Amino acid sequence: MTLDLRYTEEQEQLRDSVRAMLTDHAPWARVLKVAESPEPDDADLWRLLSVETGLVALAVPEHLGGAGATVAETAVVLEELGRAVAPVPYLGTTVAAHLLVHLGESDLLRELAGGEVMALALPFDVGPTGSGLPGVEVSTAPDGSPLLNGTVSSVADGLRARVLLVPAGGALFAVEADAAGLRRSPVVSLDETRPLCDLAMWNVPARLLAAGDRAAAALDAAAVAGAALLASEQLGLAQWCLDTTVAHLKARYQFGRPVGSFQALKHRLADLWVELVQARAVARHAAAAVAQGDPDARLAASLAQAHCGPVAVRAAEECVQMHGGIGFTWEHPAHLYLKRAKSAAVAYGTAAHHRAVLATLADLAPA
Amino acid sequence: MAEPVTAQALQERVDGFLAGHDPAGDRLEFLRARFDAGLAWVHYPVGLGGLGAPRVLQPVVDQRFAAAGAPDNSPRRIGIGLGMAAPTILRHGTAAQRARFLRPLWTAEEVWCQLFSEPGAGSDLAGVATRAVRDGDGWLIDGQKVWTSMAHQARWGILLARTDPAVPKHAGLTYFLCDMHAPGVEVRPLRQATGEAEFNEVFLSGVRLDDELRLGAVGEGWAVARTTLMNERVAIGGAALPREGGMIGVLARTWRTRPELRSPALHDEVLRLWVRAEALRLTGIRLRQQLAAGEPGPEGSAMKLAFAALTQQISGTEVELLGAEGLRHDHWRADRPAELDLIGRGPTYRWLRAKGNSIEGGTSEVLRNIVAERVLGLPAEPRQDTGADWKDLPR
Ligand SMILES: Cc1cc2nc3c(=O)[nH]c(=O)nc-3n(C[C@H](O)[C@H](O)[C@H](O)COP(=O)(O)OP(=O)(O)OC[C@H]3O[C@@H](n4cnc5c(N)ncnc54)[C@H](O)[C@@H]3O)c2cc1C
Repeated sequence: MTLDLRYTEEQEQLRDSVRAMLTDHAPWARVLKVAESPEPDDADLWRLLSVETGLVALAVPEHLGGAGATVAETAVVLEELGRAVAPVPYLGTTVAAHLLVHLGESDLLRELAGGEVMALALPFDVGPTGSGLPGVEVSTAPDGSPLLNGTVSSVADGLRARVLLVPAGGALFAVEADAAGLRRSPVVSLDETRPLCDLAMWNVPARLLAAGDRAAAALDAAAVAGAALLASEQLGLAQWCLDTTVAHLKARYQFGRPVGSFQALKHRLADLWVELVQARAVARHAAAAVAQGDPDARLAASLAQAHCGPVAVRAAEECVQMHGGIGFTWEHPAHLYLKRAKSAAVAYGTAAHHRAVLATLADLAPA
Repeated sequence: MAEPVTAQALQERVDGFLAGHDPAGDRLEFLRARFDAGLAWVHYPVGLGGLGAPRVLQPVVDQRFAAAGAPDNSPRRIGIGLGMAAPTILRHGTAAQRARFLRPLWTAEEVWCQLFSEPGAGSDLAGVATRAVRDGDGWLIDGQKVWTSMAHQARWGILLARTDPAVPKHAGLTYFLCDMHAPGVEVRPLRQATGEAEFNEVFLSGVRLDDELRLGAVGEGWAVARTTLMNERVAIGGAALPREGGMIGVLARTWRTRPELRSPALHDEVLRLWVRAEALRLTGIRLRQQLAAGEPGPEGSAMKLAFAALTQQISGTEVELLGAEGLRHDHWRADRPAELDLIGRGPTYRWLRAKGNSIEGGTSEVLRNIVAERVLGLPAEPRQDTGADWKDLPR
């Protein structure tokens, strides 16, 4: 099957409306303000994305309160959110939605579609296939219901989550955020626009969602979707870095010329563009493969993280460098992109982790 | 025009054609008939070997013919004709020129070469010095071209020449279709780093070309050449291949079949290259989908830049993976290859030949300038050569 790697007209319209909304509601000065505030994210923007526009539940089936679109549309929203380094728990909630759709968890999906934040209780760097899950233990309350004990560190999008989806003892549980015995501690995170938190659980009451193979398959599907979707966020981020740097280099004069007329810089930007052109194909491929349940989806997702993560980091690094002194200041948005890019390059598995996954999928055994 | 052509309809058309033409029969007759049936390049106009169909449908036709064991029109040998001369003639040629040249070009009866580069005009192609002077109803050509691939096999050449030295350099050029059999055309082999002589020097001394061989208006040669150059970039590195279909497949197979050669550092390198090769392949798929939908973008330049860097690194890694065995070269004979085959020879050949990928068809540096200025809109560097007449420029 050949996947279509272009954007549809509807997707372009979606992009335009999301970009317009973010231009109004998430200018970078506001993003910075939110990041510096004690709030974990921008609650107003979240309400806009979830309740008012339904963008959070874009890929959730219609009969469960969603828009019945696909991950390929969600990916377009993520491009724009990446472009704005928007401080909202969209990525994590979307990945949680993917898991819930996989399990057919209609009640939780309806809540999610109604604007509730949900998060996977996993360290942010856990990718598909392999990297060890944290050791949360399951015991049984006198009434027979499950209780969870243990800690999970560096959970993304977890601070404001209403429900946490916790893998434990080979099964999957839902834990209410206000459950007795659950403590969430904010972490001072590199990327303040997507802060991490640590979870500690002492005899926390939980609801079993799935066990055994079913739980493992759902978790795996979520991890694959996460790796695939993140690539679009990275693409949007990289595109902003390139566009902003080009604009700056046209306007900034030194030595009597726009600095953008110096070949030393032009060639680096041309190379960055070449990488972005490829990142777009790779990210679209991953989104399409996951959206269509393509047998290649796992490979497409790992390819996307192996390729797009490093491209976004380089774009952000070049953005800081080519802006000179201004690019190194707190007052310029470049640092927000730099931090987001690096944090995203670790998320859902590093490029090295995904290369190792590809080694297996492509039959290229290690030494 | 007729209703839009579908894959289904095309397959039926090919099957209908095959019912009336024996693939095992006379090669040339078969290819000519295929051209006349509009099944050569389906995106070309009706009457010129095509059906005005979407370009993406071409593989449907090619696969059907290949499965039937039909003769190949040898696209690698006729790469310059297919990739560069044909789109330029289609776009800028007269009806008579299209009718005269496109069919034998496609059937490979007539091989083409590109007479652009000169000793004094490479990257700065608009600086060519080869002169074309009016001579009654024709032109007299004098000059020297260099690095001309396939000139020794070519029947025709696309030629950029100067018709007016007393105007700024881009304005004084005219584009010709050069008869390589005309008196005064001399082709001398030029050996290259691989040992073979794939390209040539071409000396043009008092070569007379009819005015019918002029492509586009006098003085408009640069605009015509730009069509050629744009198509050249898409042609290089733009092939539609399956996963591991290119050079990366060779490296991956060596890795799989020779466990004794493996090391952790090379493993990571092989994986990085595999990822890049796959990214480039997907970029090509996306580009072709855009082209087919009538949304051409500048991504062809990205493909050429990325392809050049990638082939160089893959082949370099392959040599290292093989160690001393990788240093055993097959031969240094001064062959005159009929077609370029990067996969067919050994790793050292691949590694050497790939060095040309970032030079031929415009160097990677010049391409980066083009991307920076035309795609990203960055300002041009200050230039001294655009205001003055060509004859007054330092050389
Ligand atoms: C294998 C092969 C096949 C070829 N086949 C053909 C053919 O069939 N027909 C044909 O016409 N030509 C052909 N060429 C010629 C090719 O197009 C030229 O070699 C190429 O355009 C570069 O020109 P040059 O060799 O004169 O190098 P130069 O232009 O002298 O360049 C020298 C160096 O300077 C750099 N440079 C030049 N200008 C700039 C600039 N503005 N900014 C930064 N760097 C710059 C170049 O990138 C290069 O590194 C072929 C070349 C090769 C290697």
